[in-house]
Amino acid sequence: MASMRDIKRRKSSIQSTQQITKAMKLVSTVKLQRARQNAEKSDDYFRCMYSTVQSILARTRNLNHRFLQSGEKDRDAGGKKAVIVITSNRGLAGGYNSNVVKLITQGELANQDLCIYAIGKKGKDALGKSYEIKADYSDVIEEPVYADAMAISKEVLDAFAAGEISEIYLAYTAFKNTVVHVPTLLKLLPVEVNESSPADNTEQEGSIRQETSANQEASGEDKALMNFEPEDEEALDLIIPKYVTSLIYGGMVESVASENGARMQAMDSATSNAEEMISSLTLLYNRARQGSITQELTEIIAGANAIS
Amino acid sequence: MADNNLFTLRIITPDRVFYKGEVSMVEFNTTEGEIGVLKKHVPTTVIVSPGILTITEAEGTKEAALHAGFAEILQDEVVILAEVIEWPEEIDEERAEKAKERAEERLRSKTPETDILRAETALQRAMARIHVLK
Repeated sequence: MASMRDIKRRKSSIQSTQQITKAMKLVSTVKLQRARQNAEKSDDYFRCMYSTVQSILARTRNLNHRFLQSGEKDRDAGGKKAVIVITSNRGLAGGYNSNVVKLITQGELANQDLCIYAIGKKGKDALGKSYEIKADYSDVIEEPVYADAMAISKEVLDAFAAGEISEIYLAYTAFKNTVVHVPTLLKLLPVEVNESSPADNTEQEGSIRQETSANQEASGEDKALMNFEPEDEEALDLIIPKYVTSLIYGGMVESVASENGARMQAMDSATSNAEEMISSLTLLYNRARQGSITQELTEIIAGANAIS
Repeated sequence: MADNNLFTLRIITPDRVFYKGEVSMVEFNTTEGEIGVLKKHVPTTVIVSPGILTITEAEGTKEAALHAGFAEILQDEVVILAEVIEWPEEIDEERAEKAKERAEERLRSKTPETDILRAETALQRAMARIHVLK
């Protein structure tokens, strides 16, 4: 049996770990609330953006626009697929980072030639060994602002326009609620014109919330009448970069909310695990103490007996 | 004036709902020129260019500096998806003045490297900010 001192030392070390996890949980709870508010506030913007872009695309189905062409041709010319990977800069968030990484290493993009635009150190480190890291924007994830998303989207769109990359994907963690976070891979460009009904598009788009489908159907009637100023093609040139930017920004704010949610959960279970270990160690310690008292007594009695 | 002249205006930015309310007219700059929208406008999507946004409510008018984004105009609703928009009280006048000078300076001393388009938009933006303050 381990000595009393060993058990005591172990217990106190677990106790201090528990204090740390408890504090981290509290911190991420507060951060989660803020991140969540941010995500909710920006939600309106993306819903409108998405429905507008979809309604434009629905009208201009046969348009041969550079942002709408599939990358098939370009790929033969050596164009790579680009993935914008949003992870966190810090660990201790359960499976949050590894789930996003898995999306790329094991999903439909597995074993392809990819270049990575990393937002978040963890994703960059995990993917850096097997893929080319084109750019690293790890600082922006601490406090996502719209201007950062604009800079990132400008860079990927330039690379897309120059033919360096043929397709752009966004890997992020969608925030459903505090406990459910879904790692999502979203195709940004070329924009897919969905032949199916608008409601189905919403389902595929993961990032856009459920209510969008209702919204879409309501605006369905207006679609046929919509005019564009300037003309469709020019409007697309201006709107699609904004659309990509807004999706990147949306991905960032949702990922931050998910990160804090995941960390909160991980730290919560770490705290309760520590609690469990402490209680079993307390039991062990008490037993050892009782054992040593009994042993001392036996020795004293035996000694007294020997004298008399 | 009867109430039926009013329509819903929503101005949404990535971080907040900037404005939401019943208005009788909204005016702003687009890439095709300045427009004023009343109720029952033909459904149109327009691209915003930097300028002043004027909202005419039942009680009076409000102004804001609108810099980038696009607007979806429907018969009884206008939605402006603005990337950058500010109320006059949020504008730093000194900064806007400086930005205006910088942009003008850049346009004057044209070198081959000067990004004219960028300088021009910067100038437009600064001017919109200053105008709204006045």
